[in-house]
Amino acid sequence: MSSFQTTDLNQSNRRKESLVRILLGMVTLTLIIPVGIILVTLIAKSEGTFSWAFFSEFPRNSMTEGGIFPALVGTLWLVAVALLASVPFGVAAAIYLSEYAEDTALTRAINLAIINLAGVPSIVHALFGVGAFVLFFEFGTSILAASLTMAVMTLPVVIVATRESLQAVPQPFREACWNMGATRWQTIWRIVLPNSISGILTGVILEVSRTVGETAPIMFTGAALFLPFLPTSVYDQTMAMSLHLYVISTQVPDVPEGLPYGVALTLIAIVMILNSVSIGFRTYLRGKKKW
Amino acid sequence: MVKPATQVKKLEVRDLSIRYGDEIALHSADFDVYENEIFGIIGPANSGKTSFLRAINRMNEMTPGMNVTGMVKFDGIDVKSWRDVYALRSRIGVVFPLPVGLPLSIYDNVALSPRLSGVKSKSELDDIVERCLTRAALFDEVKDRLDSLGSLLSGGQQQRLTIARALSQSPELLLLDEFSIAVDPVTTMRIEDVLKELKKEVTIVLVSNLVAQARRLADRTAFFLGGELVEVGETEELFRGNVQDSRTTDYLEGRFG
Repeated sequence: MSSFQTTDLNQSNRRKESLVRILLGMVTLTLIIPVGIILVTLIAKSEGTFSWAFFSEFPRNSMTEGGIFPALVGTLWLVAVALLASVPFGVAAAIYLSEYAEDTALTRAINLAIINLAGVPSIVHALFGVGAFVLFFEFGTSILAASLTMAVMTLPVVIVATRESLQAVPQPFREACWNMGATRWQTIWRIVLPNSISGILTGVILEVSRTVGETAPIMFTGAALFLPFLPTSVYDQTMAMSLHLYVISTQVPDVPEGLPYGVALTLIAIVMILNSVSIGFRTYLRGKKKW
Repeated sequence: MVKPATQVKKLEVRDLSIRYGDEIALHSADFDVYENEIFGIIGPANSGKTSFLRAINRMNEMTPGMNVTGMVKFDGIDVKSWRDVYALRSRIGVVFPLPVGLPLSIYDNVALSPRLSGVKSKSELDDIVERCLTRAALFDEVKDRLDSLGSLLSGGQQQRLTIARALSQSPELLLLDEFSIAVDPVTTMRIEDVLKELKKEVTIVLVSNLVAQARRLADRTAFFLGGELVEVGETEELFRGNVQDSRTTDYLEGRFG
C-alpha cells in the first residue's frame, strides 16, 4: 500500500482548511462594506457641491452658501502645529524608554501612564486644554492652545509607534556598535533611527488622521464657528473642517443638503491625501530596508 | 613546545565571577593572556566562554542582570577603573558567532569605527577601508561594490566583513566568539590564515566550539566547563595528554561535550 494514499483524516483537514479560509475572507470583506457605503453615500449626496469656489471662497449668508477655504486652511494650521509639538516630544520620549530606561518601577509606571493617556476621552482632553493652555499658560483660545491639546491627546500614539519600531531593530546591531566603542547616542543616531524611521512615520500617519478629524478638543480651545479672516499666527483663532461640519450639520438652519456631504468628503480626502504622502514616503524608505 | 613570542601580560584575570541574577555563568577564574598569542577557550555550551568575553569590555553595563566580580586587567589596569569605557572598547575588536553586517554599505561598515573616533578625511577613510578589507581577505571580492549593503553579502563574506570592521578599530586585542559557526570550511581556513598573520600585531582570544580549530590556531588553551575554568595550558601539551584534570582529555578526545 502506498503511503501517499489520501486518508479520511487528510480529507477532513482539507475541508476544515477551506472552510476557515472562506470564513476569514468573508469577515474581512464585511469590514470593507461600511467604508464603501460611507464613501458612496458621500459622493452621491455631495454631487454638485464641488467647484473651485467651494475650496477657495469664504462661507457666506450664515454659512449656507460659499466655500470652506478658511476651515481648510485652519485645519492645516492645526495639524502642522500639533505635529511640530508632539513628534519631537513623542520621539524623544520613545527613544528614552526604548534605548536608555532600565526596567524599574518608575519606567513601568510611565508606560502604564502612556497607555492610560491613550484611553482618556477627547472631551476630557478638551477640558484639560482649556485649563492648561487657554487659561494657565494664557495662550487664550488660539491655534496654539488647540494644537497643543491635540498634541497631548495624540502623544501616546507617537510614543507607542516609535517605541515599537525602535525595538524592531535587532539587538545585535546595537551590541556590535557598543563593542566598537560607540556611545548609546552614536548607536541610535547612526544605526537605530535610520532603520526605524518607517515605523515612526506610521505613528505620524495615525496622528495626522486623528488630528484632522477631532472636534471636541478644539471646540473650546481655539476653533471658531465662523471667522471672516484667515489666521495669521498661532495666537489667532481659526475655523476648522471638523467643527465646520458639525456646525453646518446641526446648528445652522436652511443649509443646502449637499453642503455637509461635500465638507465631509473633503475632510476624508484631506486625511487620505496627507496619509498617502506619508505612506508613499514610508514605502520609499522600506524599499531601502537594509536587512 | 610552542612558546608565546613574549611573556608580556595583555590580560590578567583574577578571581573573576560572572552571574546573571542567581545563575552563575563563570566561577572564580584566574589566568593570564600574553601579548601576541592566540589564546584559545574551549568548552561545551553554557561554560561561561561568551560571558568572559563580555566582561572584558564591560558589556555587563549594557546587560541588565549581568553581574561581574573580581577583575580583568587590560594592559595592567583593571577594566573597571578605565574612566572612558568607550576608549577601552575601541581598543578591543569583537567578532560574534553569527555575522552582524550592520545595515550600512560595505564601505560604511568598515568606516564606522574610524568615523566614530573622529576620522573625517575621505582619503584616510579610503585607506583604512581598503587595508582592513584586504587583511580580512575580502577586498578582491567586493572592491567593485563597496557601496552595496553589507547585510546582503553571503554569511562567510559578512563574517570577513565583521573581521575587517574589528580591524578598522586598530585593536590591540581581538575577541573572536565562535566566528566559524556560520562560515563554510574553505572560508574558515582563509580566516584562520589571516589570524595567524594578525598574531604578530594583535593579541587574540579565540573562543571555539571546534576542538580541532583551537589545536590549529591557539598557542595556549583554556578549558571551561559549566562555569568552571578546568585548566589552562600549552595547546600541544593538552592534546598530548599532559593534563592536570582528566576531564580535559575526555573533552578533547570527544568523550563528552
